[in-house]
Amino acid sequence: MKRQTLTSTLLRPQFAALAAVMFINWLLFPGFFTITWQDGRFFGSLIDVLNRGAPVAILAIGVTAVIATKGVDLSVGAVMAISGAVAAVMVSTGTPATIAIPIALLAGLVCGFWNGVLVTYLDIQPIIATLVLMVAGRGLAQLITEGSIVTFSDPLLSYIGTGALLGLPMPVVIALVLMIVTTLAVRRTALGLLIEAVGVNRSAARFAGISSRLLLLLVYSFAGFCAAIAGLIVAGDIRGADANNAGLWLELDAILAVVLGGTSLLGGRFSIPMSVVGALIIQAMNTGILISGFSPQFNLVVKSGVIILILVLQSPQAGQWISRRFVPTTPPAKRSAE
Amino acid sequence: MNRAFRPLLATTAIFVLAYIAAVLQYPSMLSTRVLGNFLTDNAFLGIAAVGMTFVIISGGIDLSVGAVIGFSTVMIATLIMWAGLHPFVAFAITLVVSAGFGAVMGAAIHYLKVPSFIVTLAGMFLARGGASVLSPDSIGIKHEVYTTISRSYILLPGGGRLTVIAMIMLTVFVVGIVLAHRTRFGSYVYALGGNETSAALMGVPVARTTILVYTLSSTLAGIAGIVFSLYTSAGYSLSALGVELDAIAAVVIGGTLLTGGYGFVAGTFIGVMLQGLVQTYIVFDGTLSSWWTKIVIGGLLFMFILLQRLVFSASTPRKKAFRKS
Repeated sequence: MKRQTLTSTLLRPQFAALAAVMFINWLLFPGFFTITWQDGRFFGSLIDVLNRGAPVAILAIGVTAVIATKGVDLSVGAVMAISGAVAAVMVSTGTPATIAIPIALLAGLVCGFWNGVLVTYLDIQPIIATLVLMVAGRGLAQLITEGSIVTFSDPLLSYIGTGALLGLPMPVVIALVLMIVTTLAVRRTALGLLIEAVGVNRSAARFAGISSRLLLLLVYSFAGFCAAIAGLIVAGDIRGADANNAGLWLELDAILAVVLGGTSLLGGRFSIPMSVVGALIIQAMNTGILISGFSPQFNLVVKSGVIILILVLQSPQAGQWISRRFVPTTPPAKRSAE
Repeated sequence: MNRAFRPLLATTAIFVLAYIAAVLQYPSMLSTRVLGNFLTDNAFLGIAAVGMTFVIISGGIDLSVGAVIGFSTVMIATLIMWAGLHPFVAFAITLVVSAGFGAVMGAAIHYLKVPSFIVTLAGMFLARGGASVLSPDSIGIKHEVYTTISRSYILLPGGGRLTVIAMIMLTVFVVGIVLAHRTRFGSYVYALGGNETSAALMGVPVARTTILVYTLSSTLAGIAGIVFSLYTSAGYSLSALGVELDAIAAVVIGGTLLTGGYGFVAGTFIGVMLQGLVQTYIVFDGTLSSWWTKIVIGGLLFMFILLQRLVFSASTPRKKAFRKS
């Protein structure tokens, strides 16, 4: 494998897209890049983009691993609601947050494990297997909160959503740590290679001695774990668990972030940092639409426009058309050189 | 007994048993009034689920139906209330727009070779966004056609009412059954879901069939939107949120195989009725909260996926053994 230099990484289209979106934001709102220091933390639109984008980025980290195995996880939004509900209900009934948080994370792990069991042992298509939890999960979350919005004033749990560490908002710190740890885990060990092998061809990977089932269980559990973290952040942010709206449609944003980051939906090729960049592109667009004074309704239209553009650019047909149209002499020239 | 009909039989049996159990507990549930309300309250879901059945049999998935329903209601409302068009003209325009929307999605799926799930996801964003750009607020529809339609019904024996929208749904199901099992298009859809390459080699027009399947699904979602606007007399961009999931659940519960190539439109009808039964039971009970609907439907979905696996994994090796002997 070729090692990539920093410049070639920064020249990727995702960074160009992020820069373009931020440039447009700057044109619309000249104070976009201004960052001020106040009350021991940074403030500014840029920090806001990072902060608001953190939950989707965290979801995207987990979903990237799932998509790399040729799967998909539609249940992450519902798992966010479940973990938020578990933490909020436990804290509001007097359990200390140091116990409630690990249990909420465990709930996410269990949800992910359940998805993994459906996919590996029952051999159900990932879309459908995770659909079950997507439909039922929100109902379970409401069962936990008993249909109401459970509010709490626990300092530790709200610190996860609104606190700051080293001047950066806590969600950003969590997302950054998670990204670095996960990237190191998949790229500095053979884990990433194994995940890609399962994504390319599950039975071939099994014949090569990879325990595909264990790996898939691990990956789906990890996605559930990430969703639980995102759920805690969202719950901590509003100091309450709203089983109806926490993480609603965020699974789609997470998948979009992964696709924007260039991870192949057909499995076998993935990049966790690029998925985080994808999440930032989405959030920068959201923020841009908000500060430009357009109604937030345009958000979905713009988002769908971006997905369509990316799909067209990524499709094999478009690649052929571009190479025929703009580089017509390359293939024959190569052949003659050989 | 034909093994292929087992999932359909299982669904029907579960529906009948569940209904009997519900009637034993609440005898008043056995009335044409309740049955009539089943049909009326789930009319839009049933119509959308017919389209979803075709898409799933063809081996794809359509996540945009709920958004198309929402978009259609807003479009009808704006055309009637703001542009002053007659409702039937508004219906026609909406159907043309939704059919075109589905055709574009089908073309994107076929020609760009992108998974249907991503294309229809983009379609879902586009339709929801388009609807809220047209009008973020709910628009009430006041027109004599609407009042006439909502007032007209056929009185069933026992006091039940068969409303116009319930009749539209039943018609769509009948047409869907004929289309799936008695036309060339229907067999093309089954062939495509079985194996796209073999279908193409056998001479199935893959491009045309794919585009038509998604056109059908979006058109039916448009009809569902019309029915929804008749049902609520309003157009709202967030209406029918998550109906795509209910429709997929109805299709799966109805015994259609999610990998494509196998399924029944009639089964989808039972699937929709089963969901209606769960909702009605919860209303009758009164103490159970509405979130139980989601949990029960999720549970049913899981049960039927398991059932499909058992039926199909049990039937395949047995056939092989039969051939060997």
